[in-house]
Amino acid sequence: MSESAAKVKGAPPVEVHDLTVSYQNKPVLWDVDFELPEGKLIAVVGPNGAGKSTLIKTIMGLIDPVSGHSLIYGRPLEQMRKKIAYVPQRETVDWNFPVSVFDVVLMGRYAHLSLFKRPKKHDKELAMEALEKVGMAEFADRQISQLSGGQQQRVFLARALAQDAEIYFMDEPFAGVDASTEDHILLLLKELRNHGRTVVVVHHDLQTVSGYFDWVMLLNLRLVALGPMETTFTKENLQKAYGGRLNILSQVIELSRKEDFIREPGHE
Amino acid sequence: MSTFWIILTACLASSACALVGSFLVLRKQAMLGDAISHAVLPGIAIAFLLTASRNTFPMLIGAGAFGLLTVYLTEKLQLRGRLMNDASMGIVFTTLFAIGVIIITMFASQVDLDQECILYGEIAYVPWDLWIFNGMNMGPRPVWILGFVLMLNLLFIVSCYKELKIYAFDRQLAVSMGIPIMLIHYGLMGSVSFSTIAAFESVGAILVVALIVVPPATAYLLTRRLSHLLMLAVFFGILSSISGYYLAYWTNSSIAGAIAVMTGVYFGLALFFSPVDGILAKKYRRKQNTGKGPYEGPGLELRTKQTINI
Ligand SMILES: Nc1ncnc2c1ncn2[C@@H]1O[C@H](COP(=O)(O)OP(=O)(O)OP(=O)(O)O)[C@@H](O)[C@H]1O
Ligand SMILES: [Mg+2]
Repeated sequence: MSESAAKVKGAPPVEVHDLTVSYQNKPVLWDVDFELPEGKLIAVVGPNGAGKSTLIKTIMGLIDPVSGHSLIYGRPLEQMRKKIAYVPQRETVDWNFPVSVFDVVLMGRYAHLSLFKRPKKHDKELAMEALEKVGMAEFADRQISQLSGGQQQRVFLARALAQDAEIYFMDEPFAGVDASTEDHILLLLKELRNHGRTVVVVHHDLQTVSGYFDWVMLLNLRLVALGPMETTFTKENLQKAYGGRLNILSQVIELSRKEDFIREPGHE
Repeated sequence: MSTFWIILTACLASSACALVGSFLVLRKQAMLGDAISHAVLPGIAIAFLLTASRNTFPMLIGAGAFGLLTVYLTEKLQLRGRLMNDASMGIVFTTLFAIGVIIITMFASQVDLDQECILYGEIAYVPWDLWIFNGMNMGPRPVWILGFVLMLNLLFIVSCYKELKIYAFDRQLAVSMGIPIMLIHYGLMGSVSFSTIAAFESVGAILVVALIVVPPATAYLLTRRLSHLLMLAVFFGILSSISGYYLAYWTNSSIAGAIAVMTGVYFGLALFFSPVDGILAKKYRRKQNTGKGPYEGPGLELRTKQTINI
């Protein structure tokens, strides 16, 4: 909808400065400051209520911060909306809404259409392509109320793909999907990354974080750590992010590390 | 001839209400129609006092202003007062309605604005409420007003169809894409206000609520496509208007009441016989394959639950 300005040369895809966000005077993000690298798969990890969803929503302009700001390729969000896509948590929409799977995916194209303009043939082709990519082409005419949780997630992903953005923010795309869907989604994320897109994913499964992602951000009210998986996904940082609650969790990690559950980063 | 004008008025009112009502029902804000239809009362009263006439356009503007004020205050109260959406709506619209009642009763001697007429309408008198333009008889005034509002609604929905769709389905996505969601939101609320005031002058505040909520809810049970839902909602609004008129004629009762009853009758029929969601279809499906069917409908809960909106 908005004009898309050119990127500022050398600017990172996402930078966040001194960001503080609160709900009714209770801070949920405190002085968060970081830059994300381009073309990486980045996991955002932290306990429930750590502010992960809030961080993404604030960057997407859905929540106004108390202080601080964020930039997309060096420019304010309003100028760069076409460059970023957001995949919210699945529960945020009403899956009984009377639209078809194809309709929902086509909504991804609305970012590129100005007011009053209807989707064109080209937009419909891109939407169909996105559906094929997530393996849901034969569901195009289905009503969204007739989908399983994993299928809903794929539809959301297809919608984001149809947006054809350069930065993707995804809130728990792996939540409640089966193993084969998880593999499929991961493959798509890697394909995006291999095309130079920056993909930021809120992820809850600590056992798969290091195998799936290139970088990790540990968050709990404050930014605990951000960096490449090898140097950042450490027991100390996890302890800091999860606090005392992690005792059991860290044992799980210890265990899974021994059993080689945690794959080496970039093992592809 | 008067039969024709009454039915036409009812059909125009129900079509206008069904179109905007569909989006309210889908946004789970069906009762906003109720709130707005009451809260516009001070707007009408003030317009009435200022112009000292029953001129419709000042009334439309007054009603529109107070309709939007209702929506705005409800949202502010919800955010600031940390109240539930339905609670803040209840507070706002009853207060505004009460203010309207006070204004009317205070100046009752000066204005002949009848509370009875506002609540129950006077559709039976529509044929005699003529619009005389340049000495020419243009036909009943409510027909023109409702026709105008219906055109406005159609224009809004056709031109902003994709925006309305994404606004109703996934507001967060719409905001993140930079779609001017506030414009769409207040555009829709303005349309609801206009439709409400235009309709309730002839059919009364209670029927307005029925027309906004029930035909769209009926359509919702029968289809899973937004465009079909809009068309079906209009269809049931018109069907209720026509059959309601004859019901009133045969039973010698209130036309507005009979139309409201008919919207309920069609809803009941849809509830039982809908091939998508109907009780019978579900029973049948359960019998066909005990356990998991290929598709279990999304349930019959009436979608009037209020959600918190950003
Ligand atoms: N709309 C809201 N109003 C008030 N408080 C909120 C709201 N949304 C979130 N919070 C609070 O803000 C904090 C951060 O929430 P957020 O949803 O960002 O956490 P999260 O890291 O995404 O958690 P999860 O892993 O459970 O998804 C929580 O303590 C939550 O209770
Ligand atoms: Mg979350």
